[in-house]
Amino acid sequence: MAEAIPEQLTTADGRPLKAALQAAQARAKRRALLLVLPLLLFVLLTFLVPIAYMLKRSFEHDGFASAAPALVEWFRANPGFDPANPPEEAYAALVKDLARMQTEKTTGMAGTRINYSVPGTISLFKKGAREAATLTPPYKEALIAVDADWAKPALWRGMESASHVYTTEFYKVASDMKLTDDGWSRAPERDRIYLYLFGKTFLISAIITVLCLLLAFPVAHLLATLPMAKSSLLMILVLLPFWTSLLVRTTSWIVLLQEQGVVNSLLVGSGLIDTDGRLQMMYNMTGTIVAMTHVLLPFMILPLYSVMRVIPPSYARAARSLGATSWTTFRRIYLPQTLPGIAAGSLLVFILAVGYYITPALVGGADGQLISNLISFHMSKSNWSLAAAIAAMLLASILLLYWLYDRLIGIDRLKFG
Amino acid sequence: MTQEPRTDAFVAFEHVQKSYDGVTLVVKDLNLTIGKGEFLTMLGPSGSGKTTCLMMLAGFETATHGEIRLDGRPINQVPPHKRGIGMVFQNYALFPHMTVAENLAFPLEVRGMGKDEREVKIKRALDMVQMGAFANRRPAQLSGGQQQRIALARALVFDPKLVLMDEPLGALDKQLREHMQFEIKHLHENLGITVVYVTHDQGEALTMSDRVAVFNDGRIQQLAPPADLYERPENSFVAQFIGENNKLPGTIEELSGDKALVRLATGELIDATPVNVREKGQKTLVSIRPERVEFKPEMMPPGAHTLDAEVVEVIYMGDILRVVLKVAGSDDFVMKMRNTLGQTRLTSGQKIKVGWHPQDARALDP
Repeated sequence: MAEAIPEQLTTADGRPLKAALQAAQARAKRRALLLVLPLLLFVLLTFLVPIAYMLKRSFEHDGFASAAPALVEWFRANPGFDPANPPEEAYAALVKDLARMQTEKTTGMAGTRINYSVPGTISLFKKGAREAATLTPPYKEALIAVDADWAKPALWRGMESASHVYTTEFYKVASDMKLTDDGWSRAPERDRIYLYLFGKTFLISAIITVLCLLLAFPVAHLLATLPMAKSSLLMILVLLPFWTSLLVRTTSWIVLLQEQGVVNSLLVGSGLIDTDGRLQMMYNMTGTIVAMTHVLLPFMILPLYSVMRVIPPSYARAARSLGATSWTTFRRIYLPQTLPGIAAGSLLVFILAVGYYITPALVGGADGQLISNLISFHMSKSNWSLAAAIAAMLLASILLLYWLYDRLIGIDRLKFG
Repeated sequence: MTQEPRTDAFVAFEHVQKSYDGVTLVVKDLNLTIGKGEFLTMLGPSGSGKTTCLMMLAGFETATHGEIRLDGRPINQVPPHKRGIGMVFQNYALFPHMTVAENLAFPLEVRGMGKDEREVKIKRALDMVQMGAFANRRPAQLSGGQQQRIALARALVFDPKLVLMDEPLGALDKQLREHMQFEIKHLHENLGITVVYVTHDQGEALTMSDRVAVFNDGRIQQLAPPADLYERPENSFVAQFIGENNKLPGTIEELSGDKALVRLATGELIDATPVNVREKGQKTLVSIRPERVEFKPEMMPPGAHTLDAEVVEVIYMGDILRVVLKVAGSDDFVMKMRNTLGQTRLTSGQKIKVGWHPQDARALDP
């Protein structure tokens, strides 16, 4: 009985038990891996790689650094130079690089890079590059004679910053910072758009989430408690819009809500409003909220339904038999048990809403645009790094929310369906 | 079957009918009175209407017709939360997001009871079911038997006069179930509460109840104390449903007072006690309990009719020996013999004669 337990368990023929177990399972594991391999590769190539690439683009840009080697070298040699008054050697390097850009046709690329932090630089660079070959020393005076903007401290700060391939500049721009002659500072109030739009996106998403929850809760409850035949019919009604193209659904809201649309015509026809007082429900924030609530509703209904379906009716009965009114039963017994569904649905709807693009683009007008529309705008302007920086900030804030959610409620309590 | 309403009737069903679909009646004309402090069991196969009756009493179903009274007051229109009836559910229905103590506090809180008073009552109720140490556990952390105790404590903590139990022991294993039967019985006796208990387990019904109402087809087939139910079933459904039974079909040959002579389908004559047969020539089904069948002549009353039997099979069951016999055309006639020292060992193929006391053979409706 009191036999000492051996340090390492072995099989009958003396092999360590752990090694034997691993060998026995290795084949099964390999086969399982083969099974998931296609999906793994697919996710890796179409999802993880692009995201990683986007994140890289948000802090990497060699447009200027590769086009201006002489100036980059000078910046490395003189880290503490005075941007308000760069010396002759700096100008000499700059003129040499401008001439090189002209021959290598990299002026646009370099100018665009500086343009991100110092607007109006592209034309400055083009002009400078054209003249560079004809300039003679002293280059400082010669270049400033071509354009006085070459003496601007902000420009020199911008060039120094752009001489590094890796930079946080795009994140600074996306946080409403501006490069001035004295360095980075907060942009003037009228130029602050990014953080405001972030805030607005989160607010609208929160409103949509709450609206979805209020609308979905009774529907999900009905779905979960109706007899099977009726609830399947209702389920089809829930899923039908889900299967319909997003574009069709959004367009039908335009038909309904626009100024000459169905709802306004009905209101005018019934005499509730006169024809001059037609309601503006489209191409503004209202349009975005209404259409997105409708589009995202199934994402709230389904997790709620899956949780409600497994709550036995005997809990409610038990509460009633113990003396609770129907309201108390709902508040203290039913609602707490639906929390995992509420949390899952809200998280899903909120995250989807924060990144939503098509619907606000179509029905949002000027007032109902979200942060994703701005990302798309910068993409279309080939300002990829800024778009990537905004997207990365969006991703980070969602991961932060997810982390908070995990700390407060627990991811393991999530039930999506 | 129908009893005169007792004067101390605590619960009364009067001509209660229930239909779910407007086509069929699930409960057909139920008349039942339950005395204060009584332990009444509703026993029956599934779909017999017993659970529906319980749900009507609890207030979760409304009677289609008839009146239900609690303590003299009609309660048809009273919502469940105002009836003050404790209830134990089949799967306990303990609130999973609350601790044991919170579960027990719930009925007290909704009654607006203060914190100190609540704690005293919760402690008393938990001690009553020997679960005092588990107040801060969640239901999911308890075993089935422990959950059962908590469910019991929760149904009792607000001192209801009437407690309903809907197959509360159905999910427990046999040993635990038998143990809990005695605990529930003792709680009933100590607290003096009235219990209405629904089960489909006849053993449970017989051990625990003061009276048992056997349900079938929406009606009470027999309402009687356990011993009467087992020994004097009033119709063939009750005879078959409660305990094991041998059935011999036949015709009444002679009927005189409490004696009947029955000619079996195969021609033999046997003695029986008439129960719900009225006249000569009537078809009948004679029921005999396996443990009342005798095969030793000295155990039978003098002059008893006997039947030829052939042993088909002897099954060893430990405490008893179960002998399957071929008797009067049927080959599943069962006889139970006590496994005592010196008991005659029968072997299959052996020819014997079986008989019984006439009062043990009951001539019922066919």
